[in-house]
Amino acid sequence: MAESANAAQAPSQRTDEVMIELRGVHKWYDKFHVLRDINLTVTKGERIVVCGPSGSGKSTMIRCINRLEEHQQGQIIVDGTELTSDLKQIEHIRKEVGMVFQHFNLFPHITVLENCVLAPMWVRKMPRKEAEEIAMNYLGRVKIPDQAMKYPGQLSGGQQQRVAIARSLCMNPRIMLFDEPTSALDPEMIKEVLDVMVELAESGMTMICVTHEMGFAKTVADRVIFMDRGEIIEQNEPHEFFNNPQNERTKLFLSQILNH
Amino acid sequence: MAEFVPHPELPPPASSVGVVGWMRRNLFSGWLNSLLTVVALYLVVTALPPLLNWAFFSADFVGESRDACDSGGACWVFVNARFSTFMYGFYPAAQAWRVDLIFGTLLLLMSPLFFTGFRYKLQLGGFILFVYPWIAFGLMHGGLLGLPVVETAKWGGLSLTLLLAAVGCIAALPLGVLLALGRRSTDMPVVQTMCVVFIEFWRGVPLITVLFMSSVMLPLFLPEGVSFDKLLRALIGITLFQSAYMAEVVRGGLQAIPKGQYEAADALGLGYWRKMGLIILPQALKIVIPGIVNTFIALFKDTTLVIIVGLLEILGMVQNALNDPNWLGFSTEGYVFTAFVFWIFCFSMSRYSQWLERKLHTGHKR
Repeated sequence: MAESANAAQAPSQRTDEVMIELRGVHKWYDKFHVLRDINLTVTKGERIVVCGPSGSGKSTMIRCINRLEEHQQGQIIVDGTELTSDLKQIEHIRKEVGMVFQHFNLFPHITVLENCVLAPMWVRKMPRKEAEEIAMNYLGRVKIPDQAMKYPGQLSGGQQQRVAIARSLCMNPRIMLFDEPTSALDPEMIKEVLDVMVELAESGMTMICVTHEMGFAKTVADRVIFMDRGEIIEQNEPHEFFNNPQNERTKLFLSQILNH
Repeated sequence: MAEFVPHPELPPPASSVGVVGWMRRNLFSGWLNSLLTVVALYLVVTALPPLLNWAFFSADFVGESRDACDSGGACWVFVNARFSTFMYGFYPAAQAWRVDLIFGTLLLLMSPLFFTGFRYKLQLGGFILFVYPWIAFGLMHGGLLGLPVVETAKWGGLSLTLLLAAVGCIAALPLGVLLALGRRSTDMPVVQTMCVVFIEFWRGVPLITVLFMSSVMLPLFLPEGVSFDKLLRALIGITLFQSAYMAEVVRGGLQAIPKGQYEAADALGLGYWRKMGLIILPQALKIVIPGIVNTFIALFKDTTLVIIVGLLEILGMVQNALNDPNWLGFSTEGYVFTAFVFWIFCFSMSRYSQWLERKLHTGHKR
């Protein structure tokens, strides 16, 4: 993992094309105000790590981006399409946005390969043969092509999460969202998942990653965002963020997670 | 540091394996268990010999009339003599081959579905569910290809039981699935309310009143001269009634699927029907196989209630035969035979469901 190669000052893959834009986004669960005036612009190829204490709204924010959660105020524009309650637009955006979950959420009743080819075949109308070739290619990239015929329940947590990443990539998404992808894993399996994510980041994928893996943030992030109580408190490129945090709340959070 | 030497593998103690071990574990594991074993053994020893004696050893099997029954045991001659009416009802004996052909063909068609390697299961299943019923109806009813018409009033016996049960199951399951999906569609309150009202209405009334209403009340609401076939009315009544139960069983399965499965399907952009059809229902239905089969078995036995509207399925035909002056007094044999036939079918369904559960198990929970 070459730390300097991806330093934020020289983002090799970044362009100025805006992929995701959140403007004044608010969200409530009943009366509980979970997201408060979120403004965020993500350009193509940018890698963003979102951190913050639990309950700070970081998962909710990225789940709004593919409409797993509905926002009640403000605008979310993904790849030029604004998210409204229009089902067609939601499905269009979901085709372009891959998501990896904390608990993998693989489909347990079908094999690993079927998990990977299902969406390309049914959503992209890809012929089975082509979909299987693509799936085997991605399963190779996440280093588990030999598990293709197994069921998810027969794999370890780390393997399942890598399958989940491959499954998302098979849709050829333009954006990848990661919702605490390593939080449910045994310690010795975290690295194999992070390695896959680092490789993906180096390939130029636009990524937003909610994670507590600060090593990952330092290595690949172009920008680290700190959230607390539904607000973006601070954002900066990783070196500055970790060495020179501006906000008191950020300092406290960093001291708690880095010095344990 | 000493080198690690694994502990050698030892055989289990003799008292915990084999016949002795099994008996110690299962029959005599404590004083209460031992007592129960002894009592059960006593009951079996006292009840079984007379029962076997009645049913087999001193029973009469062959003969023409009740005169053949003089051994003091069961008179299976009665069942023998009336067997064809128990199977076919009042279906003309000369045309009974049509019924045999329908059920024989169905068995033949279904047999490949039990083999894991068969490739065209979906197509064959679709044919059996959607095409074959029409062929079967045409053959049973006649009126085409020179087959004489046998109106539904003459259908009866076991063939009617199977027809009612099969149509009920085949129609109630998809209807139940749709109702369950409707009841859970919180974002469509109108659909949801309609499904809730439908389910709660049909679950709230006994099947016997449904059948009674369909035959007695319905004609009052229909214009003069319009009449439905009695069998058709019973079929619709049974289907609607059972679909409400099925809906609740399926809903239980839908609730057991973790939220993450819905979210993963959404995130891939599958859309509602593909999400349900490819991801959620296959898992939900697998979970509720016991409940579905339970409903099927209940439905199978509930078909006997059509006697209230004058349709004579197997139990009705047996009761009908018991009224025959030549065969008065053989109700025990008649009912034991009927119970045995029902047991065979219900037990087979139960075993099939257990086999299916094992086959569909893919070694994991989530």
